[in-house]
Amino acid sequence: MIQVEDLHKSLSGKNVLRGVNLSVNKGEILVLIGMSGYGKSVLLKHIARLFRPDRGRVLIDDKDIGPLNSSELSEVRSRLGFLFQGGALFESMSVYDNVAFPLKEKLGLKKDEINERVLRELDQVGLSGAEDKYPTEISGGMQKRAALARVLVWQPEIILFDEPTTGLDPIIGHAILQLIEELHKNRNFTSIIVTHEFQRVFKIAHRAAMLHEGTIKALGSPDEILDSDDPIVRQFITGDTEGPISYR
Amino acid sequence: MGNMALFLIKTLIYGFTPPLKVINLLKQIRFIGTQSIFLIALIGAFTGMVLSLQGYYTLNKVGSVAFLGPMVALSIIKELGPVLAGLMVTARAGSAITAEIGIMRISNQIDAIEMMGLNPFRYLVVPVFFAGIISLPLLTQIFDLIGIFGGYLVGVKMLGVGSGTYLGEIPNYLDMNDVLEGLYKSISFGVIISWVSCYKGYYTGTSGYGAEGVSKATTQSVVLSSAMILIWDYFMTALLF
Repeated sequence: MIQVEDLHKSLSGKNVLRGVNLSVNKGEILVLIGMSGYGKSVLLKHIARLFRPDRGRVLIDDKDIGPLNSSELSEVRSRLGFLFQGGALFESMSVYDNVAFPLKEKLGLKKDEINERVLRELDQVGLSGAEDKYPTEISGGMQKRAALARVLVWQPEIILFDEPTTGLDPIIGHAILQLIEELHKNRNFTSIIVTHEFQRVFKIAHRAAMLHEGTIKALGSPDEILDSDDPIVRQFITGDTEGPISYR
Repeated sequence: MGNMALFLIKTLIYGFTPPLKVINLLKQIRFIGTQSIFLIALIGAFTGMVLSLQGYYTLNKVGSVAFLGPMVALSIIKELGPVLAGLMVTARAGSAITAEIGIMRISNQIDAIEMMGLNPFRYLVVPVFFAGIISLPLLTQIFDLIGIFGGYLVGVKMLGVGSGTYLGEIPNYLDMNDVLEGLYKSISFGVIISWVSCYKGYYTGTSGYGAEGVSKATTQSVVLSSAMILIWDYFMTALLF
């Protein structure tokens, strides 16, 4: 469903992606791990075409999204959801208005239908009763769930998660992952989850990939990654400070 | 500069093709225009007052105190009204617009709009652009009126110039072209402020990330807008003189 072919990208003179090749099958959850600053979020943004590659291409259902014009891109994006690291909720709007925004502005639905869908999604993520609150009035975990509701409300086929549990306490982080797993069972979306908390996320993943120095260093089932003999993968998994990965 | 020009062209294209986000436009008019009225009135009053004070002593030396009214009115309407209103709006609203859009950029809110298949220009840039064009001339008119009145208070009530002399001489020296000059200037300053403040906010990430990036973008926005207003003012004056 998603194919990344020979993707290269430089940012501020640094070669962040140096020929990434990756494919994600329909209905699959793929976890992407790797050191901070090694381009995991940059890769996600290329898949959403928020970034354009220096070389290489991204295909969604065999269609190269690079040359798409704005209306074609809009069509592709209507199948995509992106849960940003900080949630990216609009701070000037209530939780309800945030979730209703794409329905009102993009789909132009009637008020009753918007209301029904918004309340349903907020209930699904456990935020019933928080409709009138503003993003600054709710906790980080609630912000993530509200952002997830905003992504889910237009029922995307592909959801890109950029560190969905970062900054949350273990219980809330676990609850978010359970929610993603449950939603995936019900809706069968295709997903890429960028995370550092791979031990927990691996439990809900079908495959995992490690991005290192701009390329995919390892790809396989979560168990294969956990049992990998590759010294770089091993060091990352065990968190050793000594090894081939320099953290300085 | 090329990117800034492209940004303006995109703004114009999206601005003159529907749909226009009217609610966002009204919010921006309220922010840029309505909420600047007090500041503009205050600065306008004191500008008129100091002009009157300075003008009186200068004109008194050459025995031409009767020209105090026209001098204050012409200075304010042709030059100080549009320029000072522009600089005040830059400081109050332009900086806030850059900071707000910049924060939306670094917190991925602009990306989120794009991911919904919507155009961020229509929601963030176009309303500010038109609000600037609508608000600046109106604020300038308020500045002009209050400035002339401030000059009247000092000249007539404090320094003893005749009320009829101060006000009566103004129509003899002020014509429609002078008023239009101020109007054209204020419209162009509205374009400069909204263009620069939106551009700097929209591309906040390019000047550094996080709070530092927003801070840099805001400073650059205020400095560039102010400099452009003063430089453009010269060319407008030379052109319309």
